[in-house]
Amino acid sequence: MPLITCENASFAYEGHIVIDSLNLEVQSGEYLCIVGENGSGKSTLVKGLLNLLAPVHGKVVYGNGLQRNEVGYLPQRSEMQKDFPASVYEVVTSGCRSKSLFLTKDQKAKANEMIDLLGITKLKRRSFIELSGGQQQRALLARALCATKTALLLDEPVAGLDPLVTKEMYDIIQMLNQKQGLTIIMVSHDINAALRYADRILHMTHHKTFLGTPIEYRQSPLGMAFANANEGGGNDD
Amino acid sequence: MMIEMLGTMLSYQFMIRALIVGTLVSLCAALLGVSLVLKRYSMIGDGLSHVGFGSLAVATVLGFAPMAFTIPVVVLTAFLLLRLSSQGKLKGDALIAMISTGALAVGVIVLSLGKGMTSDVNNYLFGSVLAMSDSDVSLSVVLTTIVLITFIIFYRKIFAVTFDEMFARAVGEKVELYNMLLSLLTAITIVLGMRVMGAMLISSLIIFPAVTAMRLCKSFRSVTICAAIISVVCYFIGLCCSYVFATPTGASVVIVNIVAFLIFWVIRKIKSSVLS
Repeated sequence: MPLITCENASFAYEGHIVIDSLNLEVQSGEYLCIVGENGSGKSTLVKGLLNLLAPVHGKVVYGNGLQRNEVGYLPQRSEMQKDFPASVYEVVTSGCRSKSLFLTKDQKAKANEMIDLLGITKLKRRSFIELSGGQQQRALLARALCATKTALLLDEPVAGLDPLVTKEMYDIIQMLNQKQGLTIIMVSHDINAALRYADRILHMTHHKTFLGTPIEYRQSPLGMAFANANEGGGNDD
Repeated sequence: MMIEMLGTMLSYQFMIRALIVGTLVSLCAALLGVSLVLKRYSMIGDGLSHVGFGSLAVATVLGFAPMAFTIPVVVLTAFLLLRLSSQGKLKGDALIAMISTGALAVGVIVLSLGKGMTSDVNNYLFGSVLAMSDSDVSLSVVLTTIVLITFIIFYRKIFAVTFDEMFARAVGEKVELYNMLLSLLTAITIVLGMRVMGAMLISSLIIFPAVTAMRLCKSFRSVTICAAIISVVCYFIGLCCSYVFATPTGASVVIVNIVAFLIFWVIRKIKSSVLS
């Protein structure tokens, strides 16, 4: 059974249907990239996949024991506050979901494990806003990992990062997918990275969607147009 | 000399009341203030205190019990503000300004129709240590204790909701519930603090300590603890000053808070110039 299934799901944003009858099955352990121009409904789909927005038609079903609220989420960086006083440890542990009001021993252990995994052990007591963009993303990724065992949803994880840090970020995500067996759903503008790392690509436009492997995508008209435009004109971010 | 002064100051019953209520309110306001300032809700405190003034005036003229009438009105206003601003129906700051000036106007009209503009208006607007009865004091102690305990219990949730609402939603936190909780606690704190600090000045207790603490502290926990300490210390110093110099209590506390802010600001400047 797929981990997440969209069955004929349509989503609306401010009263307009932006995603019409989407069929999508995300398998466990898969690396799926969602690409498409601004306004094509990527952010709306993210909310839909996180169960924060109910489809107006169709449905979104979680399988393989995945519970609501168990998808680790990395929001877009632009939505973060610039002057918020918080230590890296506070940020990471805010990902620990709990019924209890205080952190349990297990949660602390998990948070520390994720901090080590992402190589930010030395930054643990540092102020979050004083970190570089890449370091902040690592901390937020650690937070997302505290909230999940199975799946990560990343919304433009490399936006605004320099090329070297971008590469590091992609390596980390690949490591999480391959070594930790996490299902990755990544929204991105970076078509080259999608072609390189993803198992499958979902390309959304206003009128149609493409869903297939990178090889199929390269051969599709949509993929050829988008890839050419991207190579020629750079990133449209 | 100092101890002697404190001794005589606290020999007055009303000073003890002002000390107890003011300290507890300062504590609550500072804790809630960290979250409110970071959520860009600073002006909500200001708006609510004006609504508090309006309903206090209505209660006085119509002969209702002041607290029993004012607290529900302010709590409802807080929920309304939260709801309207989260739905984006009206721009948050414009809405708050409309409600706050509106309530102020209603309050002044009602008071002038009632018994003419008396010193009451002055007391409501700028606070008075004489304003509180014994029942006000017991109510304040009970409510502020509840506010404090609730804050401590929900501390982690409040952090999560303040830091990143979207993420909190995604991991299944009941964001609306915590926002309402925050509004409720803020409304109660403001009404209780209004008597001593005055409707015009109470929001300073919410904003100053948090902003001052943020000059030097870098983690949410240290900011919260530091703001609480700053707030209580500033209140105490302000109260003493107002006793010694016979100045209004509310305004004296605000002045001490301004001084504290400037001190923290200068220390930060010095620290960053030493480091760079």
